[in-house]
Parts: sequence; structure tokens; C-alpha cells
Amino acid sequence: MSFLGSIVTPNWYLVLAAVLFTIGAVGLLVRRNPLVMFMCVELMLNAVNLTFVAFSRALNDLGGQAVVFFVMVVAAAEVVVGLAIVVAVLRRRPLATADDVATLKG
Amino acid sequence: MSLLAQASEVAVTTPSVDWWGVMPLLLLAAPAMVLLHASSLLPRVFRGFYTMATIAIATVAGGFALALWSRVTDPGRGPFSTLGGAFGVDGFSVFFTVLLCASVIIAALLADGYLRREGLEGAELYVLLLLSASGGVIMASANDLIVMFLGLEILSLAVYVLAASHLRRFASQEAGMKYFVLGAFSSALFLYGIALTYGATGSTSLIGIRTFLVENTLFDNALLYAGFALLLVGFGFKVAAVPFHSWTPDVYQGSPSPVVAYMASGVKAAGFAGLLRVFYVGFSSERTDWQPIVYVLAIATLLGGAVLAVVQTDVKRMMAYSSISHAGFILVGVQAASSEGTGAALFYLAAYTFMVAGSFAVISVVALKGDSHSSLEDFRGLGDRKPLLAAAFTVMLLGQAGVPLTSGFFAKFGVITAAVESRSYWLALVAMMSAVIGAFVYLRIIVSMYMSDDHAEAGAGHQDDAGVPAVLTVPATVWVALGVTVGVTILVGILPGLLTGLANDAVPVLVRAAG
Repeated sequence: MSFLGSIVTPNWYLVLAAVLFTIGAVGLLVRRNPLVMFMCVELMLNAVNLTFVAFSRALNDLGGQAVVFFVMVVAAAEVVVGLAIVVAVLRRRPLATADDVATLKG
Repeated sequence: MSLLAQASEVAVTTPSVDWWGVMPLLLLAAPAMVLLHASSLLPRVFRGFYTMATIAIATVAGGFALALWSRVTDPGRGPFSTLGGAFGVDGFSVFFTVLLCASVIIAALLADGYLRREGLEGAELYVLLLLSASGGVIMASANDLIVMFLGLEILSLAVYVLAASHLRRFASQEAGMKYFVLGAFSSALFLYGIALTYGATGSTSLIGIRTFLVENTLFDNALLYAGFALLLVGFGFKVAAVPFHSWTPDVYQGSPSPVVAYMASGVKAAGFAGLLRVFYVGFSSERTDWQPIVYVLAIATLLGGAVLAVVQTDVKRMMAYSSISHAGFILVGVQAASSEGTGAALFYLAAYTFMVAGSFAVISVVALKGDSHSSLEDFRGLGDRKPLLAAAFTVMLLGQAGVPLTSGFFAKFGVITAAVESRSYWLALVAMMSAVIGAFVYLRIIVSMYMSDDHAEAGAGHQDDAGVPAVLTVPATVWVALGVTVGVTILVGILPGLLTGLANDAVPVLVRAAG
């Protein structure tokens, strides 16, 4: 594979995954909408998936690709639980952002 | 030939399963599922059925684990791994399985009275407790980082829901959401750590990683170090180590008290089980690289937890910060990276499990209906109003302060000795300072319970949501839980050999199983 005349190595994918992971992490810390925060978690998990696949290719080892299936299942389970909690919170406080959910302090 | 036909000719060899080895795990998870379905399909059974069922399930699972103990510590047979080497059954995993079962039993005892008082029903809380414990068992037994991740998620996802399980209390849902967001963030970091470690070593199996690191000298360690760091961050969140502790006070304050009892005992124990397994077993050849990081983490956690506990006015938040500083003490044992240090950490975790569960048993009663009356003011004069309850709480607090004749003394003594033996003198000094600051916090609660100036005034500020002065009713199940926790704390305090023997037996097995 080539891109603009240079060979695309697994390293490219590793860098891309690191960038995606960082976008997700920063987004989670910066954005205040609970749903967008979820999407950021998903972005982080999928960036890790890309890392696993890239390493799997570089190491010529199928284990890394098998891991991706586990991660996808876990991500789905996490969304189910997370959305349930967010729905429960938003029912009590419609249009709440993460800053509004702050009755616990000390 | 079609692709499908080709595929059917390839014989798939599945790994062999040692069913006795995974039996404690199955005995936690499968009956929990049955209980969940039975509760939704069958007509309502008498109250207390779910508590009894949960205690029975956890007892049977713990009993099976104990039966495995004699098998794995027998020199003739020894520890073994199953499921393709991904699931290790050794003294270490058996130790934590029993600990998690004990933690579930105590939490279930507290939950019974709690759910009645709050007018909540259903089997969900109990089922989630059992499922979460099964995740903890997987973490303690995982010999593969991916299995470790699955265990971590099974443990955590159940606890997120448990934290948010009080439907009528917004603080509980807020706690659930905060815990979920930060927990999911830490899981993602943890997973990225696994990916980088896999990239650096070519394996996710702890034994594979260990073999690779022993046999090869890495010229460019950057990838591996980044993997270490991210794995440590992931575990740091779970065990509430500074600077990854920010969720702890809010979640402890907002979550239902029985759930907090489980979080502080079971979840913390499982987090440390995973941490020890990954770092002490998998990365043991690189210990000079990760020891300094854990050293710094331990100092920050010891001091941060103890100092921040001093300025709190809510007893639940005090216990949250104190649980942070206890995590620091256990990290002192981890940092030693020796069999003494690991044995001391195991002893500490076992002793702390009972002390913190007992503390939250008292707090869950004093917090009254609504579970929000837990300020220092609410505890004023408890010694007059409920002498036995106050006495039990005093034992728990003195134990956590590390007073002799309680298990807490030998726990602290063990980790500090391990730090001194590994020549971490400054760390030992900081740990002792933290113990002194911590003692101030616990004494503050004890003083508030016993030394109110005016006996008639005692407890006048303790009113329920309607402004009616509190009438404390202690359910029988809470007495049972308190009896067990006080008994263990004092018994181990007088005869520490009972537990040190077990904790030390659990350590060398762990190393041998991985070697």
C-alpha cells in the first residue's frame, strides 16, 4: 500500500490510533454533554482496537486480532450500562450537563 | 469446494478445561443468573429470600475455593492453570476468591436491612454483587492480560449499576454516573496499556511476557514503559490511588452504604489482585523500572488520603479518604516487590476488608432513611444512644488506625517492615506519618461519639429528612455482620499467625505458577 508515494507501514496506523485515542481522551475531559462523553470513550476503545490490529500485523500474530472481538463485546456492554445510567440521570434532571450533576461535594 | 465445507474439515482444538479449578467462578456467576431470572419469573417470595440465597451461593463458592486451597498448596500437586493457560488456579487466586466471597456475604447482610428501610425491592442488588465478585475472581486468576481486562470490566460494570441502584436518590445516580465516566476512561487507558505491552513483547499472556522479558534485552523500552504506565493508571483508578482518586469521595458518599462496603473491600481487593498479578508476576524482571513509579504513587496516596481526610466533615467522605490512604499502605507492600511485601499486602487487604465492611455497617444504620445523614454531627453522642453500635464502630476505627490488639496493627506493621527490608526507608517513614495523621481522623469520630458535653443534647442534631429526631433501629443482619467483622478484627489482632500463615502461603505459589 502506498500513500502519496510513501509505503504505508503499520507504524502509520499506530500513530493514527494514538491520535484518535488522544482525541477521545481530551474530548472526555473537555466536553460536558454526557452522550458526547460516551462517544469519546467509544473512540478511545476503537483506537485501541486499531492499535491491536496494527501490532498483530507487525508481529504476524493472530492473537491481537482475536482481542478486538473481546473489546467490541466489552464496549457494547459498557454502552448499555452507561446509557442506562445517563437516561436515569436525565430523567431526573432533563438537559443536564456533567457540570449540573454536582450535588456531591466536600 | 466451498469455503464452508473446507472450514468444516479443519479440526478445531479447544483448550482443555479443569472444571474443578473454575468451579468457584462458575458457582458465583451461574447461580446469580438463575437468581435473576427466578426473581423476574416467579411470584414474589418472602423478604430476605434473596439475602439468604446470596449468602448461600457465596458460602458454597468460597467453600469450593477453600477445598482447592489444600490442592494447590500440596507440594505433590501444586498450582495449575487451565483454559489454555489463561486462568491460573494457585494459592493467590484462591485467597482472593475467599476474600471476595466474604465481602459479598457481609454486603448482602447489610443490604437486607438497607433495602427494607429504603422501601426498595428486587434481587438486582444481590445478583450484581455476585456477578461483580465473579469478575473479581477472574481478575485474581487471570494469567492473560485480556482475561484480566474482561474480569476488570465484569467487576466494574456491575459496580457502576450498583452505585446508581438507589432509584429515588439523585446522589446515588450522580455517583453512578461519575463512577461510570471515570471508570470507563480508566478502562480505556488500561486497555491501551495492554495493547502497547502486546506490541512490545508480542504476547498478552503473563507467562509469555515474563519469558520474553527474561530472555530478551530491549534496546528501545519506550513502548513497554508506556504500557506499564497505562496499566498502572488503570489499576490506580480501581484501587483509588492518588492522583487517580478523585471519584472516590463522591461515589462513596452517593452510593448505597452496603454497596460502598463492597466497593471498599471487594473492588479494592480485586484491583490489588490484578495489580500484583500483572506487575509482580508478569513484569518481575523489570521491577527496577516500575518500583520507582509505585514508590511515588504510594507516597502521594499515603499523604493525600490522610491529609484530605482531616478536613472532611462527613463520615462517609472521611472513610473514602481513609480508604485512599489504606490503598497507599498496600502500595507500600507492592513496592517492595518481594515475597514479604506481597504477603504483607495480602494480609493488609484481608484485614482491611473486614474493618471497612464493619465500618460501613455502622454508617448504613446511622445514615437513616435516605442514606444521607452521615455527618460528624449525626454521630455525636452515639455512645449514649447505641452503646453496642458505638463500641463496634470504635473497634473498626481503632483497627484502621493500627492500634495493637487489632488486625490493623499487624497489617501496618507488615507492610512497613517489608518497606524497611527493601531499603525504602523514606517510604516507611512517610507511611508512619500517614498512620499518625490517619489516627487523628479516626479519633475525631470516636471523640464525637463518646465525648459530647451535654448528654441530653447528644444526638439532637441527628434528625431524619422530616426533621424528627432519629430513632436508630439496628437490624439483626447488621448485628451478625458486625459480630463477624469485629470478631475477625480482634481475633487476628491477638493471633496474627492465623492470617499471616495463609497470606504467606498464597505468595510463593503465585510465583511458582508463573515460572
